[in-house]
Amino acid sequence: METRELNCIVCPMGCPITVTIENNEVTSVTGNTCPRGEEYAKQEVISPIRTVTSTVKVSGGEWPTVSCKTKSEIPKGKIFEIMDSLKGVSVQAPVKIGDVLIANIADTGVDIVATSNVEVL
Amino acid sequence: MLNYDIVIIGGGPAGLAAAISAKDSGVDSILILERDKELGGILNQCIHNGFGLHTFKEELTGPEYAGRFIEQVYDRNIEYKLNTMVMDISSDKVVTAMNRTDGMIQIQAKAVILAMGCRERSRGALNIPGYRPAGIYSAGTAQRLVNREGFMPGKEVVILGSGDIGLIMARRMTLEGAKVKVVAELMPYSGGLKRNIVQCLEDFGIPLKLSHTVVDIEGRDRVKAVTIAKVDSNNKPIPGTEERYECDTLLLSCGLLPENELSKSAGVDLSMVTNGPVVNDSLETNVPGIFACGNVLHVHDLVDYVSEEATTAGKNASDYIRNTASASSDKQVKINTECGVRYSVPVFVRPDKMNDKLTVRFRVGNVYKNVNLCVYANDTLLMKLPKKVMAPGEMEQVILLKSKLNEIADLNTITIKIEEA
Ligand SMILES: Cc1cc2nc3c(=O)[nH]c(=O)nc-3n(C[C@H](O)[C@H](O)[C@H](O)COP(=O)(O)OP(=O)(O)OC[C@H]3O[C@@H](n4cnc5c(N)ncnc54)[C@H](O)[C@@H]3O)c2cc1C
Ligand code: SF4
Repeated sequence: METRELNCIVCPMGCPITVTIENNEVTSVTGNTCPRGEEYAKQEVISPIRTVTSTVKVSGGEWPTVSCKTKSEIPKGKIFEIMDSLKGVSVQAPVKIGDVLIANIADTGVDIVATSNVEVL
Repeated sequence: MLNYDIVIIGGGPAGLAAAISAKDSGVDSILILERDKELGGILNQCIHNGFGLHTFKEELTGPEYAGRFIEQVYDRNIEYKLNTMVMDISSDKVVTAMNRTDGMIQIQAKAVILAMGCRERSRGALNIPGYRPAGIYSAGTAQRLVNREGFMPGKEVVILGSGDIGLIMARRMTLEGAKVKVVAELMPYSGGLKRNIVQCLEDFGIPLKLSHTVVDIEGRDRVKAVTIAKVDSNNKPIPGTEERYECDTLLLSCGLLPENELSKSAGVDLSMVTNGPVVNDSLETNVPGIFACGNVLHVHDLVDYVSEEATTAGKNASDYIRNTASASSDKQVKINTECGVRYSVPVFVRPDKMNDKLTVRFRVGNVYKNVNLCVYANDTLLMKLPKKVMAPGEMEQVILLKSKLNEIADLNTITIKIEEA
């Protein structure tokens, strides 16, 4: 049996959570204030996931960059691969919130979408 | 002279939510004044996610959260002026502002809502003699450079201060390829949210050194290295504990201060603790018809609460212009904060006029574990809430009920304090 101490990162309460694991299976989760904490803790000890937020270059826009995110969470281990794939990318203004900038980033099955509007200069 | 019913200073989340709420309460003549080239305030540079969990039940990035409120302002045809800097507010609510197209403008308002946000504590926080070479930035400035201008200020970074912006920037610069060597925090606890310590530092193996400060910066033209040392209980560096980090950039994340130069010129009383206006339960300052909300009132860590507070301010400002006779003559009861509770917003409550439920927000001055948070009306215990942990980095709140307060005979003080369990 193994126990792990985590802090839930789902909301700003940051509840301290204790997870016990037996034979690669979560047997108990304590300390969470709400069900989302339990879900987080189970995921975190088995295979942690994160949302990546960053920027990509824009040409012809009022700003040189547009902010973006992975549309849903991706495996934590993929973060740097995703950052690398964003590096060479440049999109054309205008860009609207929700526009898909890159489909299936780093073979995660998840799209990169814009999180701000950039008008044409 | 222009005339508007409500003039709102600042077009960040507070100004936007106040405008929407005032409009929805039936006021049509509203003007938002914003010095930047776009609405949305500081959120436009906060591209990380974690906004709006309370308001929209989903996790948004800063620009997305701001975008939702900007849309609502557009939908309601609320007037705003961008690139417009407010220079002065007088106690009789004449607002003086300037921009390139109109030049100097003066606006007579019936009510003013202060929503100017806050600024970062500056280098004064860095209490060391010597040169100030290039490569020293406030964390917020670095955030704007990286996220909006697409410019990386450096490759090897030391961060002083563990406020949320510093933590967020530790991750952001790491993702962009920089090496963040250490985050040093003067206090024995972090000023940032626990979730940010986990996902911004621990995820990337960035060390957080509590009770540490910067004692030396090397480099004449550009930062070359920074030395940090452990501090004793009087915040004095302990000789022999120095650690030197080679780096080209030092970020300062030493907290935020409400931006209240304008409030002062209007004759608004400021709190010595928060640096924000002293307000009553309707978020009105001592100057009748001048209201305050958002980070200009006190520094918030959650934008959801900013929007909520601003919605209240907008509604109250519209009530005020419909019924100007009210205000100063009302009986006000002061909220005292003691034993670890540093301040409260609001400071004054009008038991006859208050809403049925009043949210009182506050911060504590230290980390407390397993204590009771107690609220008294005169000497009567109204509430005793057991708390596992309370920390300065996280805003707390209690809800006061009008019905309960009105049961107390000769109510003259309300007290919020921490008691041993
Ligand atoms: C870097 C950073 C990271 C944050 N991260 C999070 C997070 O992860 N989750 C979360 O929920 N919250 C977060 N917050 C908190 C949240 O963003 C703020 O609480 C919120 O933006 C405050 O809104 P505001 O409208 O009071 O201030 P601001 O957004 O600062 O807006 C004030 C506006 O007033 C304008 N203004 C000021 N003076 C004048 C003048 N004289 N004339 C005209 N206009 C003027 C400014 O240009 C600005 O646009 C963060 C805050 C910061 C600073
Ligand atoms: S357990 Fe629930 S309340 Fe606690 S941090 Fe996680 S999401 Fe928030």
